[in-house]
Amino acid sequence: MTIADEGSGKPARTRRQIYEDGLRKRSLMIAGTSTVAVVLAIVLLVPLAPGWAAVKKSFFNWDVFSATFPKLLDAFLIDVMIFAWCAPAIAVLGLLIALARDVRNPALYPLRIFSAAFTDVFRGVPVVLTVYLIGFGIPGLGLPRPWNSPYIWGSLALILTYSAYVAEIFRSGIESIHPSQRAAAESLGLSRRDTMWYVILPQAVRRVVPANMNMLIALQKDVALLSFIGPVEIFRQAGVFKSLYANFTPYVGAAVIFLAITIPATRYADYLMAKQRRDRS
Amino acid sequence: MTRLIVAGALALMGTTAVAGGHLCYEGKTLTEGKLTIATGNPAYYPWVMDDAPESGKGFEAAVAYAVAEEMGLSAENVVWVRTSFDEAIQPGAKNFDINMQQYSITPERDQMVDFSEPYYAAPMAALAVGAVSETEATLDALKGLKWGAVGSTTGAQKLINTIQPSSDPLFYNDNNDVIAAMQAGQIDAALFDLPTALYLSAVVLDGGTILGQFPADRADTPDLFGMLMEEGNPLKECVDAAIMSLTESGELAAIEAEWLQDTTGVPLIQ
Amino acid sequence: MKLSLRDVQKTFGSNHVCKGISLDVQEGELVCLIGASGSGKSTFLRCINLLEPIDDGAVYLDGQDIAVPGLDPEPVRRRIGMVFQSYNLFPHMTAVENAMLAPRRVRGVSRDAIRPEVSALFERFGLGDRMEHYPDQLSGGQQQRVAIIRALAMRPEVMLFDEITSALDPQLVGEVLDVLLALKADGMTMVLATHEMGFAREAADKVCFLADGRIVEEGPPDVLFTAPKQPETQAFLERALK
Repeated sequence: MTIADEGSGKPARTRRQIYEDGLRKRSLMIAGTSTVAVVLAIVLLVPLAPGWAAVKKSFFNWDVFSATFPKLLDAFLIDVMIFAWCAPAIAVLGLLIALARDVRNPALYPLRIFSAAFTDVFRGVPVVLTVYLIGFGIPGLGLPRPWNSPYIWGSLALILTYSAYVAEIFRSGIESIHPSQRAAAESLGLSRRDTMWYVILPQAVRRVVPANMNMLIALQKDVALLSFIGPVEIFRQAGVFKSLYANFTPYVGAAVIFLAITIPATRYADYLMAKQRRDRS
Repeated sequence: MTRLIVAGALALMGTTAVAGGHLCYEGKTLTEGKLTIATGNPAYYPWVMDDAPESGKGFEAAVAYAVAEEMGLSAENVVWVRTSFDEAIQPGAKNFDINMQQYSITPERDQMVDFSEPYYAAPMAALAVGAVSETEATLDALKGLKWGAVGSTTGAQKLINTIQPSSDPLFYNDNNDVIAAMQAGQIDAALFDLPTALYLSAVVLDGGTILGQFPADRADTPDLFGMLMEEGNPLKECVDAAIMSLTESGELAAIEAEWLQDTTGVPLIQ
Repeated sequence: MKLSLRDVQKTFGSNHVCKGISLDVQEGELVCLIGASGSGKSTFLRCINLLEPIDDGAVYLDGQDIAVPGLDPEPVRRRIGMVFQSYNLFPHMTAVENAMLAPRRVRGVSRDAIRPEVSALFERFGLGDRMEHYPDQLSGGQQQRVAIIRALAMRPEVMLFDEITSALDPQLVGEVLDVLLALKADGMTMVLATHEMGFAREAADKVCFLADGRIVEEGPPDVLFTAPKQPETQAFLERALK
């Protein structure tokens, strides 16, 4: 703890800096020690629990893990695929529904009612029910193959549910744009449509990117619900392995794969949100 | 065939429930003097009739009471509980002594839990609906169908290992979902154990047909149903002894004839 | 008469903001509206370009009543430019894109066709090197000048300015007022709500003092500022010029 050497050209640290550095070192030490203590406690104490051997065999079984993990990865590609076509569809439909709630034309009034009802219904029903009802129900009307595929109708169920949420996010974004922006655009003679499309929406969409990132993360996990109507994606594949081996380790493997995707995505969403807070302040 | 071998083996071992003046199960059950048996929720025909195992009606219910009696427990000392498959295999204390829900004995499962001697050898059968009902009962013809199965059953394994369908099969949570997918035209056919398939085709699925059954000796893992117990359960020897004795005496075959008699006459898949 | 307002009435709920305002503005004239905050200046300006529909009265632009209920306000707004106290630039667009949006979308001119004209405006008002900047990279005075350029790019016949220097640091006020002087020299018809008494006095052709939703007194600046007739005007000027 010395003041920077004289004559070295470096500016000496202020008294405040020296004091704060000391504080920082101390709090780092405390945080590090307590973290190590907690981790050690978990690592050392949990195995002492009487059922640990059984739990380890059922949930953390290396033989089962290594036998099933590669196939779980393969099955995860199906999740990725479903996600890849659902996400853009959700963005488009969510935006359309958000905009439909703003139409002024009386002839289009049914559209407003419809979009309001749509968001109420699909936000109110558990996703898995929607997946069941649409995934089995609509093909049951007698559609020919391949148009009755559970991939199509299960995806539609996800798209409808998530669009309802995303539409609300877009709406909150639109409403968060200060009315003065609309006034400025209208004072220039821009039509309502142009005002929305060129002035309001670009700002609104940017503002809700973090919220929508969180929806994407949730969607990534809910894709697994399609397994209920047939597709053998990672969750189902893990379930099949679970029955085959009478062992839950495949579920742990699936969880690892999900986490590998969602943790970085969550961090990124948090980063975007923090950045936005900084930018606005 | 399998049953004969099992019966032969049992005859050699010659066991009884009573050994040295005290009953085998004593001190080994969850509740002293009671045998707690788990079934599914709901339990399906023809394994348990009307979802009421207490009636002793249905194949598994009848076997359960016969085994209890053989072990020296009267009917009123049998207690029923319900579990899912996951509850049956989870580590930790169990809420049942034995669990009967058409569990197929596999070597992989056997590493995690204990199984009793088999009480039934279930052939797998293919249930189909609609236009494909006329499909020939040959593996080649069956490969081309769109297949489904309950994901947690050995049917799912057999589908992949034996039929090897040309398009990816779809797997479901339970029988009802498989039927829903068949009714929606999303799959042509599904694999069940034969009694279940017969029940579904007769009662649940309009226009359902059994295409054929897999002869037990053609399967790489013949589906033998065993009672599931916690790994290392000391009760196993008592249950095994009871089942072997029932097999030996022909009582098990009689129960099977009473509840599962329709299973004969279904063509074999070549 | 370029712009003529007759008995303009505007209420927001129970709040009577404009209680019958009449005003004439000649072609090329600069009219300043002065008065305390809340006296109705801003609302009055917003009524002129129909951002607020008026309850009663009439607004004549070149002799034509543009405030007829049910009339499409968009064609009128193209002819009347407006600049706001808080600039209201579009934050997601560069300065030059801000200025080109309305000509492109409303007048249907292509980017390439409008760019020289817009560039000339930026050059003229000292912002030639700021065209590609985003609003948050500009000072308040620069932003307000961009807002003026954005309105001018629509080639308006009348310009309305709503307290455009009120949000600026004092040392930035001058650069914005200079723009107004340049426009006056061009012969632009302008109505300006302002607290800059010095500017009103020097540059205005006519000054109107508003209080409580009415024009209390109006006249040439040298008359109104030196010899106000109404006691309310005298009291306001005494406070404002202190």
